[in-house]
Amino acid sequence: MEIPAIVGGGLVVIGAGIGIGRIGGSALEAMARQPELTGKIQTVMLIAAALIEGIGFAALFAL
Amino acid sequence: MNIKTIIFTIVISVFSSLNVLAEQHMSDGDKDIKTEIKETIAHHLMDSHDFVLTHDLSFPLPIILYTDGNLDIFSSANFHHGTTSHTVNGRTYSLDHGHIVEASGLHPVDFSITKNVTFIMIVFLIMLVMFTRMAKSYKKNALPSGMGRLLEPIVLYIRDDIAIPNIGEKHYKKYMSYLLTVFFFIWIINLFGLTPLGVNVTNNIAVTFSLALITYVLTTVSANKSYWGHIFWMPGVPVPMKFILAPIELLGTIIKPFSLMIRLYANITAGHVVLMSILGMIFIFKGWVGSSLSFGLAFALSLLELLVAALQAYIFTMLSALYFGAAVEDYHHE
Repeated sequence: MEIPAIVGGGLVVIGAGIGIGRIGGSALEAMARQPELTGKIQTVMLIAAALIEGIGFAALFAL
Repeated sequence: MNIKTIIFTIVISVFSSLNVLAEQHMSDGDKDIKTEIKETIAHHLMDSHDFVLTHDLSFPLPIILYTDGNLDIFSSANFHHGTTSHTVNGRTYSLDHGHIVEASGLHPVDFSITKNVTFIMIVFLIMLVMFTRMAKSYKKNALPSGMGRLLEPIVLYIRDDIAIPNIGEKHYKKYMSYLLTVFFFIWIINLFGLTPLGVNVTNNIAVTFSLALITYVLTTVSANKSYWGHIFWMPGVPVPMKFILAPIELLGTIIKPFSLMIRLYANITAGHVVLMSILGMIFIFKGWVGSSLSFGLAFALSLLELLVAALQAYIFTMLSALYFGAAVEDYHHE
């Protein structure tokens, strides 16, 4: 595999990591503000994380 | 330090230390260990024409080929694990890295019952047994017993938290059977992919393609006028923008099921490849520290794969419900 492909793959993983990290962070903050909505917030967080991970994997497999 | 802790410690240390006795079987002479690991991984992830449980216990599966108007059916035991070729009615077939090639250049269409097809049928039987038991246990009283007790919270969760919020009260019943089938099918198959049987059905992009295709066909067939109106002539935007948005929205209807296919395939395949590479590392480090740490990492990763198996089934079902809901929703124009 050539160097540009490897660098591109690393950038995709950085993007996915930042995205999922931000979602996790805001989910935690919201759960701390309103503990009674923990179930719903958890569900939505997992859905958004899976979508971002989907883009990450699609880019990695297209290398 | 009670007896449970002691037993647990002994079991874990026995499992971690047996790794140092790992030897590799250099079957082809001078091959480098890394190449051999790569070949073993590729062999495990591919579909195969016979069902191999251990090295001595294997079932040959039937091969059904359609070449130029002639149907050839024979058992894959004739191939002897890829070493010999088989001639029937003048056409010679041989196995080349899992593909069937014909000697004189004809292209056979492969309808064989391979390992993946066999496993899909086995999962179909498992699901049939599970759900008929559950339905029967409702006959006597409203509270289920047996298999119904295990499945009822999951079925109710799919109905109350996936189907009704996304599709709405009026139309959700038509889609419940598909959503339940897809959820349990993907979950059971992902779980079986983690066992040492070596079956990985969702590893095959054709399987996930079929599931995404069914979702796409269901959304297109059951879409009402406001859905198509939103795609081709989006209300609420100025006219030049409508012409720009129409092809993008049309492409979006295809890309959404396409992303369903890629997401499931890539998650499961990546998990399996990483897990098997880490298991291969046990053979590369032949000392105490490296092998035990690789085993521990493989164990932890397998636990994560359990979560991914259930999560991917849930995500597929939820996104399918979302697309169905968008297709049948009654949009109120202001």
